[in-house]
Amino acid sequence: MKQFIIRRLGYSLISLIVLSLTIFFFVRVTGDPATLLVEPGASEADIAAIHHQFGLDRPLVVQYLLFMANLARGDLGQSFYYQMPVSELYLSRLPNSLLLAAVAMSFSLLIGIPTGILAAVRVGSFWDSAGKLFALLGLSLPSFFVGLLMILFFSVYLGWLPSSGSGTALHLIMPAFALGWYFAAAHMRLMRSSMLEVLGSEYIKLARLKGLPQALVIGKHALKNALTPVLTLAGINLVLMINVAVIVETVFAWPGVGRLLYEGVSFRDFPVVQGVVILGGAMIVVVNLLVDILYAVIDPRIRLET
Amino acid sequence: MSTTTETSLLAAQLPSRFSFVRSRDFPLIPLLILGIIAFVAVFADLLAPHDPQVGSLAARFHPPFWLAGGSTDYLLGTDQLGRDVLSRLIFGARVSMVVGFTAVIFAGVVGTTLGIISGYLGGWVDQVIMRVVDAWLALPALSFAIFLAAIVGPSEMNIVIILGLVFWTRYARIVRGEVLSLKEREFVRLAIVAGCSKWTIMRRHILPNVVNSAIVLASLMLGVVIIAEASLSFLGVGVPPPKPAWGVMLSDGKQGLMVGYWWLTVFPGCCIMLMVLSSNLLGDWLRVKLDPQLRQL
Repeated sequence: MKQFIIRRLGYSLISLIVLSLTIFFFVRVTGDPATLLVEPGASEADIAAIHHQFGLDRPLVVQYLLFMANLARGDLGQSFYYQMPVSELYLSRLPNSLLLAAVAMSFSLLIGIPTGILAAVRVGSFWDSAGKLFALLGLSLPSFFVGLLMILFFSVYLGWLPSSGSGTALHLIMPAFALGWYFAAAHMRLMRSSMLEVLGSEYIKLARLKGLPQALVIGKHALKNALTPVLTLAGINLVLMINVAVIVETVFAWPGVGRLLYEGVSFRDFPVVQGVVILGGAMIVVVNLLVDILYAVIDPRIRLET
Repeated sequence: MSTTTETSLLAAQLPSRFSFVRSRDFPLIPLLILGIIAFVAVFADLLAPHDPQVGSLAARFHPPFWLAGGSTDYLLGTDQLGRDVLSRLIFGARVSMVVGFTAVIFAGVVGTTLGIISGYLGGWVDQVIMRVVDAWLALPALSFAIFLAAIVGPSEMNIVIILGLVFWTRYARIVRGEVLSLKEREFVRLAIVAGCSKWTIMRRHILPNVVNSAIVLASLMLGVVIIAEASLSFLGVGVPPPKPAWGVMLSDGKQGLMVGYWWLTVFPGCCIMLMVLSSNLLGDWLRVKLDPQLRQL
């Protein structure tokens, strides 16, 4: 077990190093990074000063080590637009993103789990086809289109919900639904296949032989086991949601991390863009590591694999 | 769905050479939709009634022709600069088709090549490639693409390269897995005994056996790539205006939404949806048809 954790830790560390190398490489290789690091319209002297300040006149290896040293200290640079450290800016937006992701996750589970169960219990029926159609639509309808259609319907025509901004619970409904929509389809598909697998197992047959009613077999005996993979995926997806919400947050002007990325791009605030991407990647690497370890704790077979 | 009966009726009249069309789940309608979009994209210059990039300010915000105030001059209305929405949609099809297909092919070629090399050579080459794949897969695709777009600046060519860079990892991982099992098969071992060089084996013996998976994956990726392109354009880091891309149209139309100019967002959104839906259906069918092993993808 210890060995397993150490190996996985090593892999994650390598992933993080490759990530930082990638970001570093792309920024350096595609031109003079100084032009990205100064505000638009800066003078020659300013650019030269930046060159010196960030050590851009030194060898690449030294530059990379400097870059890593700053990262390790949690220093992601300074935002031009907000005139404050990127890491502080990121942390100030993170709670909003978490809130949005949590509500979106509840939506997607509330939709995905019941429809998945229904599709599994009635394989080949109307509900199964309806579920398949729903899953297909979930994958094919881009979230910005869902968002804009909802604005059109609920804000413009019905006037029920505010079209953008944040503050009240009402502001949360539409962005959370638009974000959860895609994930609902994924959760439904997994719920269906996992439920089908469990329903074919011996202990369910036994429960049926005992004469338990269908509702009890499904709702109590089968659901307990079928839910595990779905909840694991939901855990990973929660982190993913924080990082893929750029579009939804832009459409609804929700002040989260994704909106920060969009602002970074539109204000040509490069340190912000770089910081959000690095932190997003790091977050996902760490979650993957945690899930791997959690799986190994639950299932001894995984520990023995290489 | 009721479409299947229509499909089989139509298919029954086709010559036997096309017998695969008769199978119950042949995606005729998605194929037709993609065909129409491709046709429109190729002949955009002939089909578009107006110039997609130039409008007259006198004709701003005309609604579609069936609404009060609309005219048959502008069938689907005009936008905030008085440009014809239909013409912009037609030229937008060209952008989506060109960017979508080239990006998928670019990612596919890079990913398949590196996947084969990684899987067949093994050792440190495999380690290096797979560590890069792992790390890049951890980056959220859209954020990564936005980051790259912020560095290189917007243009159609850059978008293709960016999407290729973001999505090749998915091919590489799947192809490598296939190669690992192919490597142990008799015909590869015989080729080694026969004295083929590593490159010959990869090119002549491994590649033809992974092409199917790559094609299936490509068809499934098409929808993802089109959404990604539309998202980048929507955020203003994709295809630069005034070039008509569906994503750009959606983001332009967003401002008009609150005052009820719905046609500026609904039409381009529907175009994206139809194209993505069709390629997903086609991809699903290809997956079952070409590669039963990939069914769980």
